[in-house]
Amino acid sequence: MTETKLNPRIFMMQGNSACAEGAIAAGCRFFAGYPITPSTEIAEVLAKRLPQIGGNFIQMEDEIASMGAVIGASLAGVKSMTATSGPGFSLKQENLGFAAMAEIPVVVVDVQRGGPSTGLPTHVSQSDVMQARWGTHGDHGIIAFCPSTVRETYDLTIKAFNCAERYRTPVLIMTDEIIGHLSEKVELPDPATLDIIDRWRPNVPPEEYRPYQMTDSDIPPMANFGEGYRYHVTGLAHDETGFPTNDPVKVEQQLLRINRKIERYRDLIVEVEEFETKDMDTLVIAYGATARSAKKAVTQAREAGLKAGLLKLKTLWPFPDKEIEALYKPVKKIVVPELNLGQIAHEIEWATRRAKPVIKVNRISGEPITPAEILTAIAE
Amino acid sequence: MDYLNYLRREKMPHIWCDGCGHGIVLKSILRVIDKLGWDKNDIALVSGIGCSSRTPGYVDFNTLHTTHGRALAFATGLKIANPKLHVIVVSGDGDATAIGGNHFIHAARRNIDITMIIFNNNIYGMTGGQVSPTTPTGKRAATTPYGNPDAPFDISRLAAAAGATYVARSTVFHYARLDKYIEQALTRKGFTVVEALSPCPTSYGRMNKEGTGADMLLYQKENTVTLEKAAGMVPENLQGKLVVGVFVDKEQPDYLAHYQDVVTKARAAAK
Repeated sequence: MTETKLNPRIFMMQGNSACAEGAIAAGCRFFAGYPITPSTEIAEVLAKRLPQIGGNFIQMEDEIASMGAVIGASLAGVKSMTATSGPGFSLKQENLGFAAMAEIPVVVVDVQRGGPSTGLPTHVSQSDVMQARWGTHGDHGIIAFCPSTVRETYDLTIKAFNCAERYRTPVLIMTDEIIGHLSEKVELPDPATLDIIDRWRPNVPPEEYRPYQMTDSDIPPMANFGEGYRYHVTGLAHDETGFPTNDPVKVEQQLLRINRKIERYRDLIVEVEEFETKDMDTLVIAYGATARSAKKAVTQAREAGLKAGLLKLKTLWPFPDKEIEALYKPVKKIVVPELNLGQIAHEIEWATRRAKPVIKVNRISGEPITPAEILTAIAE
Repeated sequence: MDYLNYLRREKMPHIWCDGCGHGIVLKSILRVIDKLGWDKNDIALVSGIGCSSRTPGYVDFNTLHTTHGRALAFATGLKIANPKLHVIVVSGDGDATAIGGNHFIHAARRNIDITMIIFNNNIYGMTGGQVSPTTPTGKRAATTPYGNPDAPFDISRLAAAAGATYVARSTVFHYARLDKYIEQALTRKGFTVVEALSPCPTSYGRMNKEGTGADMLLYQKENTVTLEKAAGMVPENLQGKLVVGVFVDKEQPDYLAHYQDVVTKARAAAK
């Protein structure tokens, strides 16, 4: 990151650095990671920065250990993050499920690259977006953000921490190789102006504390280890006290709550951005790096007299179905460009009940989708 | 001492079978903690998956029951985030050295200030008696019905080779020795390991015709050899013997001591 002389808040910065700086601004003071392209810069920046500001960086022995370590650190009260890419994201899934089940706030960044398997380590992809939703075993809600600019990477990283803390849940940042390595001029906000949320803490005596209490908000207060609330945390199905149970009523009560607590706050979590959506007859829905090409294509379409508009998804999960619902009815067709074989297009078909033709523009070669290709689909 | 001060009574009865040695290890841990006078609020007991890993559920500390093999990873984050916590990991032979083997050697290499107590019963008990990394060659398990073709790990020597600050092994029969080793492990700074040999009559004992829990404890009594004595014995005479003792006891800076140097340099660089 390069600071400019004129304004100390303006930087030339790449997406991965913005992610690291956003994490610091959000209060992250523990990072555990393992080197993997194209996410490694996030670890490198934090290895340099965290020990300067009272935080800890640790390179663990693998991705699984990194995920475990951030959960442990968060349980001790320190906001924590790990970052990875495709193969590492697969390895993190089991402990990610643990964080969802035990309701431990953590942030996990996946800088998406081509898959399956080792795939294309240095090339862009958006093919982990369904893994983000369904990658772990079992049913649980998940929150996933998807930036398409460097500044959005910074902002959404802060939002990811805020959501993790507020909803006691793991939160994913599904960025990609292009956004991670893209350098842009950004003006970062004054940290003093940021809205930073910390977890809801118990205010009852330790003997009355129930770590998985059924509350009106569906979010139980969280005590940190070492502060006098001695309680049990397990990945086993548990009751309000945190201890394992096979009681079907208690099991279902807790599992329904951890699903419901994400869905009921979806209006606060979901962020989208509209561009040229008034009077449109073609709706383009895109996210991440592809949203940049889509915006260009819509601009070119308008210049050519075509009535196209863009809905950019900044939140992928919970899915922005209501925002799509509010837009799609007047249009003739929906164009969905994405760097996979139609993972989000499928979700859009579902959200729109296939009422409109959904034209998929897909690429899995490691190359981005160009504005011209999206424009062709708009014009068809 | 009153063990009930440390137990979550309402969680009894525990899941361990008659004759299992794990309760002896638990009592030993509690005796030592009582002797040390540690505040229960300052203790975090962390485990993975398996019979031994159910221990945290029964004791009144900060308790964390994680995923299979990963207790040390969680414990590492916990310790770094709150160095005031006494972080103790309890694990089994499979949890620690099969699925968790990588974390085990790296925790030792890193010398993070955590004590790991491994309940070694030479078998996967929770899932019904499958072969483990410490099942001796030729012994039977549910997945080695014709005898184990694999060679076993020597957990203590593995920990020693990987760099742990303190490593000791005892049988559960010699519980006073076990107490001594656990106390030494808990009071040393760095990664410390106690391997407790704990009989599993239900699975290992039954499949290998080693009798009841009492029979297996008597076997421990009659076949235990100290490291010092073993050093003077020829390998043939050590067949079937249980070698106990302190394998490593040294002083070396722990991970967080080294990290303090990182902090000092980072702060200087930031100025």
